[in-house]
Amino acid sequence: MGVEIEIKDLTKSFGNQLIWGDVTLTVPAGEICVMLGPSGTGKSVLLKTIIGLLKPDRGSVVIEGVDIASCPEKDLYEIRKLFGVLFQDGAMFGSMNLYDNIAFPLREHTKKSESEIRDIVMEKLDLTGLLGTEDKLPGEISGGMRKRAGLARALVLDPEIVLFDEPDSGLDPVRTSFLNQLIVDLNAQIDATFLIVTHDINTARTVPDNIGLLYHKHLAMFGPREMLLSSEEPVVRQFLNAQVVGPIGMSEEKDADELEAEKDMDLPPLPPIPMQLEPSNGQPRRSQRDPGAWCKENGVEPPPGSFEENMTMTTGS
Amino acid sequence: MASLTASKVLKPIGASGKLFAFALDTFRQLFRRPFQTREFIQQAWFLASVTIVPTALVAIPFGAVIALQVGGLIKQFGAQSFTGSASVLAVVQQAAPIGTALLIAGAGGSAIAADLGARKIREELDAMMVLGIDPIQRLVVPRVLACMMVAVFLNGMVSVVGVAGGYVFNVGLQGGTPGAYLASFTALAQLPDLWVGLVKALIFGLLAAVVAAYKGVNAGGGPKGVGDAVNESVVITFVLLFIVNFVVSAIYLQIVPPKTG
Ligand SMILES: Nc1ncnc2c1ncn2[C@@H]1O[C@H](COP(=O)(O)OP(=O)(O)OP(=O)(O)O)[C@@H](O)[C@H]1O
Ligand SMILES: [Mg+2]
Repeated sequence: MGVEIEIKDLTKSFGNQLIWGDVTLTVPAGEICVMLGPSGTGKSVLLKTIIGLLKPDRGSVVIEGVDIASCPEKDLYEIRKLFGVLFQDGAMFGSMNLYDNIAFPLREHTKKSESEIRDIVMEKLDLTGLLGTEDKLPGEISGGMRKRAGLARALVLDPEIVLFDEPDSGLDPVRTSFLNQLIVDLNAQIDATFLIVTHDINTARTVPDNIGLLYHKHLAMFGPREMLLSSEEPVVRQFLNAQVVGPIGMSEEKDADELEAEKDMDLPPLPPIPMQLEPSNGQPRRSQRDPGAWCKENGVEPPPGSFEENMTMTTGS
Repeated sequence: MASLTASKVLKPIGASGKLFAFALDTFRQLFRRPFQTREFIQQAWFLASVTIVPTALVAIPFGAVIALQVGGLIKQFGAQSFTGSASVLAVVQQAAPIGTALLIAGAGGSAIAADLGARKIREELDAMMVLGIDPIQRLVVPRVLACMMVAVFLNGMVSVVGVAGGYVFNVGLQGGTPGAYLASFTALAQLPDLWVGLVKALIFGLLAAVVAAYKGVNAGGGPKGVGDAVNESVVITFVLLFIVNFVVSAIYLQIVPPKTG
């Protein structure tokens, strides 16, 4: 059915290095959310805090009434059974072949017979396009394949919440498109809550219901896809449209001189908002809204050309 | 400033506190079922396979040196008939535990730290925890038990190989008689000597595995982090084992009176 994640005033630092502070957001049940942010802004750290692998300094992460940040270890292991997590590098167990890796959660947490396990594993392997590689060790396959195997393992227990750390990095564009379609189809099928960390602008623009942006040690914005894609807020606009002009520089923020020099430059117009990716069977997802619905409700004029069928993707300039 | 020095002074205490907490966690998980028999056997086999050959290679010269040294010394006292006994005493009480410590920390501990450290940085341990499995119960407990078992086994092996090496050197090079060497075995050595060697080996195995596992699962910062973890675990274990060896020997010599002829 999908479960809501309620994050409140979350702050995390390592030693005296603040990673992010006062992050407050609610990941709605059954919806797809994407978390964006420049490299090193602590997106992976956020995911690890949500599953309780890292303890925040302050704040709470509430899932089904349990606060992950403060609950005892025992409850943590229970609540984690709701999760399917894909780590940045797949995190396959190096000593097991892919089949055993994917069967691992089933063998640990269910009483299924080996033949039932075989059916499920083969189905997930098929889903992620890995049929025929089940006897390989994780060290013997490419990074992209490891990632897809990690996805297969994250899905075997039919999770309520699916966390993806950069599912698309290291994948070629075709596989990325397949994967995006797979995420949308999965969401339609199992109604789980999806939280995806990505750098891929195309994914961020077309897949999610909601987008969040981590920047400069805080959550710059979180809200419906159309809200962020039509936002004039400099950071959001720069990041979502992959532009050079804006407050984000190569290392961190730009300094005052650089911003001064850019002051008179004309910002390129906002590109049109693309249609959201639909499930391949044509049935709308439960959390899906009509294109332009948010803009209409909030009286925002979407950039010209938005929501046209077969629109070409134009980002960056 | 004061607090800065205080925090610097307290840092090692904090670190050993964490190590101790980790050891307690491991102890608690020891009783959690299901016990990982397969992992235990695999690890015991693995640890044995990386330590047996070097141990044998260390034990032979150890026994020989002791035979030469003790044999030479004892000749000067004119007590050749005790050579066998003296080398048994030296080998079983000291050389075997020390040799075991060197090998278990250097070969066994480093392998454990490297293995767990690599799993840590590949996020395998995180993935395990997310799948609702405690890596301490699953990976650390079987390794600690395997390491203790292998340590006891190595201790026995060093004793046997060392005494045999001593025999070869004493009889072959120093002109001792086989009969005297064997007959004097029980003159000075006694059964508790064997027990204390065993106890030492158990403690060494425990310490080496706990330190190595602790360093491994707390490795950070990429491949270099794993290298550092291995390095630190070996150094820390060496220091700890030599201290423990001294303390246990001192206590033992206090409570068990040496046999007099
Ligand atoms: N266990 C840790 N100990 C200390 N610092 C850490 C730890 N984990 C992460 N960091 C620091 O936290 C910051 C954020 O790291 P994180 O991996 O979350 O970035 P990210 O947003 O996921 O980046 P990327 O997009 O490149 O994956 C980095 O500066 C990193 O050095
Ligand atoms: Mg990351």
